[in-house]
Amino acid sequence: MSELAKVFQNKKAFIGFVVADDPDADSTVKNVVALAEGGADLVELGIPFSDPVADGPVIQEADLRAFKVGVTPDKIFEIVAAIRKETAVPLVFLTYLNIVFKYGYDKFCARCQKLGVSGLIIPDMPYEEKDDLAPIAAKYAVDLIPLVTPTSGHRIEKIVKHATGFIYVVSSMGVTGTRNTIKTDLHQLIQQIRQYTDTPTAIGFGVHTPEQASELGAIADGVIVGSAIVKLVAQHGTNAAPALKKYAQEMKAALPVLSAE
Amino acid sequence: MIEKQKKGRYGIYGGQYIPETLMTELERIETTYNEAKNDPEFQKELTDLLNNYANRPSLLYHAKRMSDDLGGAQIYFKREDLNHTGAHKINNVIGQALLAKRLGKTRLIAETGAGQHGVATATIAALFGMSCEIYMGKMDTDRQKLNVYRMELLGAKVHSVTSGSMVLKDAINAAMQEWASRVDDTFYVIGSAVGPHPFPEMVRDFQSVISREARAQILKETGKLPDAIVACVGGGSNAIGSFAEFINDPSVQLIGCEAAGRGVDTDQTAATLERGSTGIFHGMKSVFLQDKFGQIDKVYSISAGLDYPGVGPEHAALNASGRAQYVGITDDEAVDAFEYIAKTEGIIAAIESSHAVAYVEKMAPKMRKDQVIICTLSGRGDKDVASIAKYRGVDINE
Repeated sequence: MSELAKVFQNKKAFIGFVVADDPDADSTVKNVVALAEGGADLVELGIPFSDPVADGPVIQEADLRAFKVGVTPDKIFEIVAAIRKETAVPLVFLTYLNIVFKYGYDKFCARCQKLGVSGLIIPDMPYEEKDDLAPIAAKYAVDLIPLVTPTSGHRIEKIVKHATGFIYVVSSMGVTGTRNTIKTDLHQLIQQIRQYTDTPTAIGFGVHTPEQASELGAIADGVIVGSAIVKLVAQHGTNAAPALKKYAQEMKAALPVLSAE
Repeated sequence: MIEKQKKGRYGIYGGQYIPETLMTELERIETTYNEAKNDPEFQKELTDLLNNYANRPSLLYHAKRMSDDLGGAQIYFKREDLNHTGAHKINNVIGQALLAKRLGKTRLIAETGAGQHGVATATIAALFGMSCEIYMGKMDTDRQKLNVYRMELLGAKVHSVTSGSMVLKDAINAAMQEWASRVDDTFYVIGSAVGPHPFPEMVRDFQSVISREARAQILKETGKLPDAIVACVGGGSNAIGSFAEFINDPSVQLIGCEAAGRGVDTDQTAATLERGSTGIFHGMKSVFLQDKFGQIDKVYSISAGLDYPGVGPEHAALNASGRAQYVGITDDEAVDAFEYIAKTEGIIAAIESSHAVAYVEKMAPKMRKDQVIICTLSGRGDKDVASIAKYRGVDINE
């Protein structure tokens, strides 16, 4: 079983996202540790890209804060090394394909394995374009997390059939960012995915309240929160850790508890 | 012809690097386009609009004074500037808008740099009774105010994009985001031969009318193929349309002119193929101006239509295979050419097209008088008059 599949074992997972190096390296380490202490089962680290077409304004601004302090992939690997001294919380990267392509697929995945980064979420790499990276990622036991969206329809089978790690279920159309209502019939979407795989599912895009965590946690195997956490980082600057820990606790507490088998 | 190993690939370039949210829509567009391409009714409607609305075929004009003045090759201009709306952009927009109609869409969105593509899209939206929203970087809405007002006159809403470097690439980002949030009723009319498959292919096909006409026109006029085709390249739509029907004629040299801004060796440039490296952005693998970490560069050119940090995948492949050559033309050279063609031929050409004219000025004197260059004048220069005046330090109270 992959590292990531364990995240969902016998529990509903709370997954938090922060942009690496926002607002600086030390804060990122503290923020990830705080999320883990608050109960996050997995943390996604965003690697900033100059043109994040899948992201809304909150994450775009976080990217800019990171660029201001000179973020690079190598600096982020150093941040991960520092995180690893504090916590064993499972980690994945979220970034755009050009960052990984320029670094070199082999070199990038090798470093991920070495530092215990278990997966990659790459929003601009659809199923059709994963063939160059997939064998290399597999060689280093790095899961490529596929995304399924409300418009995936007939594509779901091929996307999820051989998916490892978990499946990122995009709740809504458009870009990342908090939403008060999610209109998609997520129950049906998860059912469709379930026809083809047992790989766990986690719902993201627009999730931010404990009520949503409770509701969506009943449907999927986990929930992903990005923009709401990044907003807290924007508000609290270099001292966001306590707020993040408290937020993670609230969200985790809102998730349904699986009865012991 | 560049061999396509995989769907939508040109050599190693091309592909569909786009969020999953848009993939089903891309599949629909591809299927519908392939049907439309082979549907005589679609082709008939397209040709009718091109000829009876957009003023095609465009002239192939023998620039005798310029040819004599430069003392070398005979220069012919393919006059896309005489199309309705004043640029080649309309060729592609008519095609894509017909496709949008076929897909049942009621709303067109588009990015624009200089504003020509935005104007063309707003024009066709008006003609088809569709709603229209245009995304344009704030730098460009500032330097192309006339085109902004023109789009508004045509009933479009223009969004001034303030993210990133506020130019063409940021306008594309914003349009893609809007598209991803509203695919149901919206068609994204991409203005250049860029983006995910099938867009580079569709745009090339729709713009190929330029070289289809030019080939027949020059054969009729001179009885032989031209020696060189010269066109400006931002994303590369007029250039790929100008090259397309000559790619399989190895005797015809293909030359794309990129915007070198303040110089290919400065960081104030948009000369992608001279300075860039392979990357993945805006839905395609191609060549981009970017740093070693893969962050896309801010680019610069006096021309709002050419300051794009990438280039269409087919150009990247034509460059890699050596079938086409790409050269950088600086702001200074382009402005000189803008003035030169005005005074020599009485044509005010777009500053984008003036990049191609500048290269013709360099190459023609080195060629024999019986040789022929076809240079595509992709657009007219009325929109640029104010900024050229400013460049020359003339205040015309605009």
